[in-house]
Amino acid sequence: MAAETDVVALVLRRRADPTQLLQILREAQEELGWISPETARALASTLGVPATHVESVVQFYSFLYDKPRGRYRILFSDNITDRMLGSLTLFEHMLKRLKLRQGEVSPDGAVSIDLTSCTGMCDQGPAALVNNRAVTRLTARRVDEMCDLVRAGVSISDWPSNYFRVEDNIRRADAILGSRYAPGSALRAAIALGRQGMLDEMKRSNLRGRGGAGFTTSVKWESCRNAPGAERYIVCNADEGEPGTFKDRVLLTSYADRVFEGMAIAGFVAGAARGLVYLRGEYRHLLEPLEAKLDAMRRDRLMGAGICGAQGFDFDVDIHLGAGAYICGEESALIESLEGKPGKPRIRPPFPVTVGYLGKPTVVDNVETLAQATEVALHGGRMFAGRGTKHSAGTKILSVSGDCSRPGLYEYPFGVRVEQVLKDCGASDVAAVQVSGPSGVCLTPDEFRRHIAFEDVPTAGAFMVFGMERDLFEVARNFAHFFAHESCGFCTPCRVGTALLRDALDKIAEGRGSRYEINELMRLAELLRRTSHCGLGQTAGNPVRDAWAKFRPAFERRLIRGEFDPAVDLDAALTRAREIAGRDDAAAHIGAEA
Amino acid sequence: MSGTDTTILIDEVPVPFRPGQTILDAALEGGVYIPHLCHHPEFEPHGSCKLCSVVVNGRNASACAMKAAPGQEVEVDTPDLHAYRRTLVQMLFVEGNHFCPGCEKSGDCQLQALAYDSEMMTPHFVEFYPRRPVDASHPDVLLDFNRCIQCELCVRASRDVDGKSVFALAGRGMASHIIVNSPSGKLGDTNFSVADKAAHVCPVGAILIKRVGFATPIGERRYDLEPISEEATRCAVGEFK
Repeated sequence: MAAETDVVALVLRRRADPTQLLQILREAQEELGWISPETARALASTLGVPATHVESVVQFYSFLYDKPRGRYRILFSDNITDRMLGSLTLFEHMLKRLKLRQGEVSPDGAVSIDLTSCTGMCDQGPAALVNNRAVTRLTARRVDEMCDLVRAGVSISDWPSNYFRVEDNIRRADAILGSRYAPGSALRAAIALGRQGMLDEMKRSNLRGRGGAGFTTSVKWESCRNAPGAERYIVCNADEGEPGTFKDRVLLTSYADRVFEGMAIAGFVAGAARGLVYLRGEYRHLLEPLEAKLDAMRRDRLMGAGICGAQGFDFDVDIHLGAGAYICGEESALIESLEGKPGKPRIRPPFPVTVGYLGKPTVVDNVETLAQATEVALHGGRMFAGRGTKHSAGTKILSVSGDCSRPGLYEYPFGVRVEQVLKDCGASDVAAVQVSGPSGVCLTPDEFRRHIAFEDVPTAGAFMVFGMERDLFEVARNFAHFFAHESCGFCTPCRVGTALLRDALDKIAEGRGSRYEINELMRLAELLRRTSHCGLGQTAGNPVRDAWAKFRPAFERRLIRGEFDPAVDLDAALTRAREIAGRDDAAAHIGAEA
Repeated sequence: MSGTDTTILIDEVPVPFRPGQTILDAALEGGVYIPHLCHHPEFEPHGSCKLCSVVVNGRNASACAMKAAPGQEVEVDTPDLHAYRRTLVQMLFVEGNHFCPGCEKSGDCQLQALAYDSEMMTPHFVEFYPRRPVDASHPDVLLDFNRCIQCELCVRASRDVDGKSVFALAGRGMASHIIVNSPSGKLGDTNFSVADKAAHVCPVGAILIKRVGFATPIGERRYDLEPISEEATRCAVGEFK
């Protein structure tokens, strides 16, 4: 069978290495449209792994399919910012025009339409993915055109290129976004400093991780360097999955040389010769440009053996694509995914700096952190530490979206007030700002004088603005659905708890919730925070807790007065019976007489 | 009062530990019960059920995954931790289909025993009632996925002890489920044997040996005779002494 031969070729191109399974599956699916049982079995036997291993990986990642999904696989981004731009209306419109239901494949096998978690295009939404290619700025007209193209069977490579145009939207530039960068300059500066000298500058800089946790970068690099072992790895975390964040996309689009040089500098300091970029599947469009950039850097001796002619400075980078799993932003889940497994967080400690990729000492740094490391190399640690605040050195790039006239990227020295950002992005009559995504914090106007900084309002970069007319209950409900969809399922509290949070909020949305559900929500949020295995579960209750504390009327107007309304809807429970009986008259409904 | 170089304090009681031992193992060996489900003394820590959630020097931790260390003060039996454990057991009950009175594992089931231990009176939450077909294809072993709690002990035993990798956990979130390594997906089409370690590690009634279900009558089974808190510490003490 031709498909199986193709699969074997794909496997061999990746040296029949089981840790490449996710990449092989992704490539196989790009060829074949889905992973059939035959494909899965051929892969398993060629790789020498149990077939169940292949199955478990396929079933874990949202963008891998073990059933045919159509030649056109359309996924609407379902972040709250897409919704605020009318995404759901467009989604319904497309379903109607193509006569489909959500998730269903058309009878001719042509097309399926569904929702997906935030695709990182919040500043140019509503957005979608068509066969994993990002489509931006959807309008009713564009959706109609897409329906026509699907009906006519036009290949996606022949769709108008402006559908796929992704803008940088840099609104405020500073050290990183604003400087004219001479490729290789940071590498040469680091080489001049020497391995220890560069580490000393990193210590002086007080650079802290930009992915949200704010761990001191020099400590990570030094711990990795000092960990026993011959091989070490530098991993760039580009799994930018936090809804509302898109700065890493821009850094990798227009500042990739800085990111790659930052990785090489990390390798130089930590003693690693190999780097891996974990690029989220939603940014598939960046793969070829990044590969081309790496090739160019290799030609210019900025990558590879003897970087910039420095004896013994060898470093090169591979790019791995994710396949739709927010949890892979967690560093140990990311490493599992890099090893070709489902992305489930490991027990920590040991931390990746001692036991990481393939069990070797590994530095995992955010894209922006690595770009910032080039600043330290160029200008020295003292200069770097001179900007921002005492505990938050340097600049921070914010991804601003939602109710404002100028969404996009804003780079500020740390310490900027929330109100300043709001002013700059053209937001007025603001009810709330969600900083750092659903797992972050919801701020109200009385808090807008607070500062963006690790010691005040820490953030991975998302900054979603909600105007006065927005319903913060629906925001919290959207976030609850997000967490339930993205929970990896490893630990009990998160697997079941995120589903219970989602269902309780849905019950309130249906007008059947009471104070009982509120109490349950708060109790569950605390349980999740205290007992979950990783940050996903620990923060999954934050949005509902914040929203209840700060936007109580949005909940209260939905609550029934009574103590409790049973969760079981007796009339709904009869749906199947009515279907079987072929009845839908008044007498076939409970409560019809009332 | 604090522990010494070789003891930790569990609910203010000194408990000795050996280097490299986890808090959970040290506790059980020292006769202090910490509830657990996915932990098995013969396997590496897994840390998924979270029933062994404790507070160590003010920080939340899983006792099965954290090494005992000098200076640790561990809270186990506090009212809030007790309530969390009960909620976690309730979550496991409503996530699957657990009907103790009709289950042949009743009395030998750790989930049921922990429901008693945590003083659970009702499942509390809305039942999810998932559809999980049983697999009776194997001549000697029945798989009833309705009762699976996803501790992955069978996955680990089959892979690490039996060398067969008959089971794997697939899917994500609430859609996670055990799959079987055969083209049909049925256990009968694998090389699984009733003599496998994996046939004997299930803490609940998801993997049942056929034809012996009621050899020991209900009422005379392991947790009918003594509560799990006493059984587990007695076994652990016996094992190490």
